[in-house]
Amino acid sequence: MAKTIIEKIWDEHVVYEEEGKPDLLYIDLHLLHEVTSPQAFEGLRLNNRKVRRPDLCYATMDHNVPTRNREQIKDEIARKQINTLQENCEEFGVPLANMDHPDQGIVHIIGPELGLTQPGKTIVCGDSHTSTHGAFGAIAFGIGTSEVEHVLSTQTLWQARPKTMEIKVTGELGFGVAAKDIILAIISKFGIDMGTGYIVEYTGEAIRNLSMEERMTICNMSIEAGARAGLISPDATTVEFLRGREHVPTGEAFEKEAARWLALASDEGAVYDKTVEISADEIEPFVTWGTNPSMGSGVSNNIPLTSDFTEASDRAAHEKALAYMGLQEGMPLTDIAITNVFIGSCTNARLSDLRTAASVIEGRKVHPTVKAIVVPGSQTVKKQAEQEGIDKIFLNAGFEWRESGCSMCLAMNDDVVPAGEHCASTSNRNFEGRQGAGSKTHLMSPAMAAAAAIEGHIVDIRKFQLVNA
Amino acid sequence: MEPINEVKSVVTPLYQKNVDTDQIISKEFLKRIERTGFGKYLFYHWRFDAEGNPNSKFVLNDGRYKDSTILVAHENFGCGSSREHAPWAILDYGFRVVIAPSFADIFYNNCMKNGILPIKLAVDEVEAILSKEEYNVEVNLEAQTVTGEDGVVYSFDIDPYQKKMLINGWDEISLTFQYEDHIKAFELRKA
Ligand code: SF4
Repeated sequence: MAKTIIEKIWDEHVVYEEEGKPDLLYIDLHLLHEVTSPQAFEGLRLNNRKVRRPDLCYATMDHNVPTRNREQIKDEIARKQINTLQENCEEFGVPLANMDHPDQGIVHIIGPELGLTQPGKTIVCGDSHTSTHGAFGAIAFGIGTSEVEHVLSTQTLWQARPKTMEIKVTGELGFGVAAKDIILAIISKFGIDMGTGYIVEYTGEAIRNLSMEERMTICNMSIEAGARAGLISPDATTVEFLRGREHVPTGEAFEKEAARWLALASDEGAVYDKTVEISADEIEPFVTWGTNPSMGSGVSNNIPLTSDFTEASDRAAHEKALAYMGLQEGMPLTDIAITNVFIGSCTNARLSDLRTAASVIEGRKVHPTVKAIVVPGSQTVKKQAEQEGIDKIFLNAGFEWRESGCSMCLAMNDDVVPAGEHCASTSNRNFEGRQGAGSKTHLMSPAMAAAAAIEGHIVDIRKFQLVNA
Repeated sequence: MEPINEVKSVVTPLYQKNVDTDQIISKEFLKRIERTGFGKYLFYHWRFDAEGNPNSKFVLNDGRYKDSTILVAHENFGCGSSREHAPWAILDYGFRVVIAPSFADIFYNNCMKNGILPIKLAVDEVEAILSKEEYNVEVNLEAQTVTGEDGVVYSFDIDPYQKKMLINGWDEISLTFQYEDHIKAFELRKA
């Protein structure tokens, strides 16, 4: 019978099944970071337990780490959390890319970079954006700290078999439209809880035509549509991305693996519990104006009117969001003034994202009212960008060029958007206070954020590029 | 974790959909390396203004609900970040039950691991509860019911396995160790 890739991977990983119980699922790769792991390691210690398979774990420090002056972390509690991860990894034998390690970076950026992320794997991390790794055709999902402890002790998780959903993106992307716009358009069209209870597979020619970096941007934000995991069947693009990476086999062994990976792709005629479709031709460059990722729209539009919503709870949410954002219903999105720009995060801080943003700003200057920073997703991205001279383009334009980490995506370190200020951000969440108490986030693609930095307000990248061509 | 079966309390009505875990516990409080002590930061930026004074309009600051152990909210409660600090904060504050029309997956799971009972009721049932003030209910997990002081009985579904875990307060890791032979066999097969 024709099977989806989701069913194939799931079936291969069931350790034990019994009627009336979730399945006991084997986990192939467990990624860890400093914020969601300390209580799990502490649980192991209290119960005298070991890490069952330290060889299947990989840890890094990303959420808390400063992006400059790393030698002296001023925040004492943050420093304690970072030191705790170091000690825990040493005590339990877990491999770690710590702050000084050349492979350090955002956990969802370094997994693929190192080739730890591979098709067919089950991958977990105490972080909701673990869905990123699905881009390779893996079942990858975020878990809580209790589950982190469970995986550390047993290398398994009890998981109910998920429902499957196909999100088919047909057609071709227009000029100036990026992967980020596809996923923002999906979330806005179908809602932030459309994926609850599902693992999503993205299909269609618009998805097939994307690079691995772009596929990661899409899968990354699956959680913003409520799905625990989102994935894309592996193809030649996937195989070529992985070839030669540190943790993949070489030579003939690689070819054998590659053949196995390709066979995982969903079969022709496989049936999903639900299928939805969106046409890439209709997608415009997107921006959000509200306080969750579904509150967004094509950049040429105006902010909706409260009266556009039929349900009382939606009208209340709309009013609350606009009050928080300090915006008026019906105003054009391009009238929103921007004073902060953040190019970073596990959604859009890979080399290709930085290249795109750099091409927009090259030879221009950041608007005098704007403070703009670039935070590469990993030390590897940073180094490669510097070899290409991209750092100079940003610095000459007036951007700050930082060390890698999560940074202003969640503002746990010093990189904070001041209260009341609007930020054009390439990250994935625009919740109230996400980038700092009182901060106002507008999600968009790297090119759109770069153009906003130059103009000091939200702009349509298509017009910007035509005018400045 | 603490077993849970019967909970009797006035409900705290939070009329809001899509409450994300960034609101439940803000990132500045995630740096602690313990599981406890998060209750005082629950909904921090809704509970307190920029100067740290209580916001009188927010329901947690309404004295009538001070001892409530049941929180009621609208659709898609707990969306966003996977941080288990969110259920830790809810529990540490004193809630044992959260009622909503729907929950985000990871949050729902995280509640189960901490002895918090997440109850899904129909939208109109939740709206009926949210529309009342100082409404007392009795939750019975064994019977899978929420009974209001006015005698209205709401029934809810829950996965039988998760129900058993909650009622007994079992430690899941110890249970899984009983499947060690299966795990070993799986690893051998894959090696
Ligand atoms: S970059 Fe942002 S979304 Fe990604 S892992 Fe870090 S905090 Fe989470």
